[in-house]
Amino acid sequence: MKVTVYEDKCCGAGSCVMAAPDVFDQRDEDGIVVLLEESPGEDQFDAVREAASICPALAIELSEAK
Amino acid sequence: MNGPANGAGSANRSRSVLVVGASAAGLATAEALRRKGFDGRVTLLGAESHLPYDRPPLSKQVLSGDWEPERARLRPEAMLADLDIELALGEAAVSLDAANRRVKTEHGRELSADAIVIATGIRPRAFPGTAGIAGVHLLRTLEDALRLQSELSESCRLVVVGDGVLGAEIAATSKRLCAGVTLVGPQAAPMELQLGGEVAKALAALHVEQGVDLRPGVGVDGLVETGGRVSGVRLESGEVLPADAVVVSIGSTPVTEWLAGSGLRVENGVVCDSQCLAAEGIWAVGDVARWDHVGLGRSLRLENRTNATEQAGVVAANILGEAAPYAPVPYFWTDQFNVKIQVYGLPSAHAATEVVEGDPADGRFVLRCTENGRVSAVIGWNMPKQARLRRAEVFYA
Ligand SMILES: Cc1cc2nc3c(=O)[nH]c(=O)nc-3n(C[C@H](O)[C@H](O)[C@H](O)COP(=O)(O)OP(=O)(O)OC[C@H]3O[C@@H](n4cnc5c(N)ncnc54)[C@H](O)[C@@H]3O)c2cc1C
Ligand code: SF4
Repeated sequence: MKVTVYEDKCCGAGSCVMAAPDVFDQRDEDGIVVLLEESPGEDQFDAVREAASICPALAIELSEAK
Repeated sequence: MNGPANGAGSANRSRSVLVVGASAAGLATAEALRRKGFDGRVTLLGAESHLPYDRPPLSKQVLSGDWEPERARLRPEAMLADLDIELALGEAAVSLDAANRRVKTEHGRELSADAIVIATGIRPRAFPGTAGIAGVHLLRTLEDALRLQSELSESCRLVVVGDGVLGAEIAATSKRLCAGVTLVGPQAAPMELQLGGEVAKALAALHVEQGVDLRPGVGVDGLVETGGRVSGVRLESGEVLPADAVVVSIGSTPVTEWLAGSGLRVENGVVCDSQCLAAEGIWAVGDVARWDHVGLGRSLRLENRTNATEQAGVVAANILGEAAPYAPVPYFWTDQFNVKIQVYGLPSAHAATEVVEGDPADGRFVLRCTENGRVSAVIGWNMPKQARLRRAEVFYA
């Protein structure tokens, strides 16, 4: 799984961080998403899918191929 | 009222789900069902003919023209196709038979399912007697946003009637495009109800600094029309504010007329139990749903974006038999000028407040609201991350 985040869409809600704290963080200065792990391990897949689907700004994209 | 057992009971038998309303809450319910492994039939019925799109950008990036409307789509087409749902768009439900779980549509179709999810949202209230006057705007749909945007120009004098979240945000976004923007409302400062007095005052100062003409604490008596087009806003004081265009943002009403005769209880929203169950096999989600919040000990209806998705997750789980109460910390954000405001919990005018991080003088702070010895809300002003980290302090988090 490969994770992409779009900073220009992110509204800083932090929902992704609450869903998958090992994969996402927020910048201290403006709350914009920080991707900690571009290719998370399999144990993170569920959390990352959850994060992508609850992000209110649709700022997280997953490509599931490999 | 149906007890939890009813919801769980019907849930285990659910082989088909019909979601009425194809926007944030409706689509999120369908997605959550699939994510949780539901492989039965899912139908998503929506009155609008567009593919599902998101509303927060309508008063921000779409209104300002920074985004093409397509960017506000909730999901790319390929992703919708992967969901394997039946998408019936441009077809409104006109009635519900709750006992038999059957929905009639405006095209005369009858759809039934084991579980029905009501996700029909809200619609803005119009100013009485202003229908059909050119230059008067409401903002809920993509069409509304584009219509309003086409009016905004350097020479336009815009008056926004209503000082809630949406009114304040529209004023802020429009100020970038219009020379003259006036924000009129009954409160002492914009968004006082949602922010409490202190932060609302800071917001008022921001608007004034950015050139918005604030008219706090005044009621609007009516709109002035000249030759079929709006030409001004008449205040209760008798003063008339000249206007080339007017946005009316004075609150909204849950979209529930179609539920008349359904047997469901409707009181400012579809009344649900703590699990968002309205009647056996009937659920409600998003802006239209009023449910019992067990953490707060009262019923609540929220009109915000993250609620739509979060509640959808719980409704999907409950359709599949989980029987989980929905008891979130309410959250919304708004972007106005260069300020991002995040609100966790429910601020109020009576709360004691304390700056717990940053400094209002620096334009960045987190404010904590305490009521009856408990933290009732946390508000971030240009400190989204720091505000989120304190979300857990809200007493029912
Ligand atoms: C301009 C704007 C800006 C916003 N900004 C923010 C923000 O910054 N932060 C925030 O937290 N929230 C914001 N919100 C609120 C957020 O967008 C809503 O909470 C969210 O859209 C709720 O989703 P919903 O699916 O419950 O309702 P809706 O989005 O209202 O969707 C309901 C859908 O049901 C359809 N429908 C209605 N009746 C029928 C019927 N009889 N049959 C079939 N379909 C029907 C409607 O056409 C609509 O498509 C904003 C809202 C607006 C309008
Ligand atoms: S959930 Fe989405 S909007 Fe919120 S911080 Fe994460 S990426 Fe940004």
